[in-house]
Amino acid sequence: MEERETVIEVTDLVKKFGDRTVLNGVNLKISKGETFVIMGGSGCGKSTLLRHIIGNLKPTSGKVCLLGTDITGLEGAQLDEIRKKIGMSFQSSALFDSMTVGENVSLPLREHTVLEKNIIDIMVTMKLELVGLRGFEDLMPSEISGGMKKRVGLARAIAMDPQIIFYDEPTAGLDPIMAAVIDRLIVDLSRKLSITSVVVTHDMKSVMGIADRIAMLHEGKVLEVGTPEEIRNSANQTVRQFINGSFDGPISFFQQKDDYLEQLTG
Amino acid sequence: MRNPIAVTGETALDLIRQVRGILALFGNTLWWIVVGPFKGKTAGRQSIFQQMVFAGVQSVVIVFFISLFTGIVIAMQSAYQLKQLGAVIYVAPMVSISMARELGPVFVALVVAGRVGSAIAAELGTMKVSEQIEALETIALDPVRFLVVPRFLALLIMMPCLTVMADMVGILGGLIVGVFNLQINMYRYLSFSFDLMEFKDVWTGLIKSVVFGTAISMIACYVGLDTRGGAEGVGKATTMSVVISFIMIILIDCVLTGVFFFSEM
Ligand SMILES: Nc1ncnc2c1ncn2[C@@H]1O[C@H](COP(=O)(O)OP(=O)(O)O)[C@@H](O)[C@H]1O
Ligand SMILES: [Mg+2]
Repeated sequence: MEERETVIEVTDLVKKFGDRTVLNGVNLKISKGETFVIMGGSGCGKSTLLRHIIGNLKPTSGKVCLLGTDITGLEGAQLDEIRKKIGMSFQSSALFDSMTVGENVSLPLREHTVLEKNIIDIMVTMKLELVGLRGFEDLMPSEISGGMKKRVGLARAIAMDPQIIFYDEPTAGLDPIMAAVIDRLIVDLSRKLSITSVVVTHDMKSVMGIADRIAMLHEGKVLEVGTPEEIRNSANQTVRQFINGSFDGPISFFQQKDDYLEQLTG
Repeated sequence: MRNPIAVTGETALDLIRQVRGILALFGNTLWWIVVGPFKGKTAGRQSIFQQMVFAGVQSVVIVFFISLFTGIVIAMQSAYQLKQLGAVIYVAPMVSISMARELGPVFVALVVAGRVGSAIAAELGTMKVSEQIEALETIALDPVRFLVVPRFLALLIMMPCLTVMADMVGILGGLIVGVFNLQINMYRYLSFSFDLMEFKDVWTGLIKSVVFGTAISMIACYVGLDTRGGAEGVGKATTMSVVISFIMIILIDCVLTGVFFFSEM
């Protein structure tokens, strides 16, 4: 594979919440156009890692480069310029529940462009068409199902034609068919719009289906990076346990025993 | 058992952190109002209007009844005292001046803190815990400009309006007692109400209401945006915004009354 432009580079990223270390030296390089999956158990810091990459959290130490800019120290307007080039689909959809579906999707366009209202309406229809929700413009988020919310969140994420889309657990909590629909959508979007996609998930089925490359996050570090084939044949016991979903292995069910002890003893 | 001194210390530190957070938010809000327009980034007129309707128009009925009954109560209580001095007519300025200086602004502030402040804290808190605030930031919209500024401006405008209304309705309440119970002529009652009132009684009350409005919106927005921990966190934030606002309203009232009326002493 020829060397492609790096759009995301994470170097020695460390994040501590209080005295608890969640990320402990993460290194990642993601190239333009690929669909990159970050997998790992619940609570291992996947969302935290995403939040650092999009600049919503600041690292305790380490560096994040996004689209060629070091965003580690960026704030306010400069960070916003870069954020306009990315889209994010949130774990909980995060639709604005005081706005209709259409208004949710059009918000970035209304705020960041000087387009006429009728042009924005057409763009909103196009984005909703892409996620199969044309005609739902006037419904409120509370009136649609979880899978539809995820798709509206996706339409909002691609409203500004981003260069990178981030997905936080796009299929979590959805039925298998809706999960397959979303997976297909992720693949389609990255092909059709040739966007770089970064997907965080612990859904093994979707990982193998959509990924160009996979990184396994464990105990605050990237344990292994590789193609789905390489990951499937990994010699690493932890990775094997995770992809096979077995009970026995290096990942202990009791991994948070410190917290547990603390809870017990008060 | 945890050491009570440590707990008190932690609470105090937490309070300091919150006060600093509220002041920082206030600074940030002013920045967006003053500097934002020069960068072409104003708060939406529509959302300010929406907030004004919610904070102001929909508070009118509660403010009406509370001020009416307050006026009636003060008239009845002071009539009892003033009758013994044979100066029943002074019920009129008693009601109008205490409404304008003190009870109008304070009661409006308590109503707005309970009704509007809590709603703001709950709404922003829900947005925080359901990642909507983060979503706003991610589409490059500043939550302060987008959510806090309209709420701040709406309260800043509506508080004095509600206060003027409360003053008038309070006087009306007093008038009802004066005319029907104390048999004072209506015109005489009204002229006593306004003639003995000074301009200062009114403007100090209005300044109070503006400061209360600022405190309520800043506390509610700060507590809302600082929410943690799901639905339970939202409940806590809502309660907290009302409690802190009530304390601050009384505290600010005390300080401003001292500044306005006792500073020459
Ligand atoms: N703002 C925060 N403050 C304190 N702890 C946090 C915060 N955000 C996340 N954490 C902790 O960091 C860990 C990783 O969280 P997260 O990134 O959401 O995990 P994942 O997305 O992999 O399930 C969790 O144990 C969580 O409790
Ligand atoms: Mg997560």
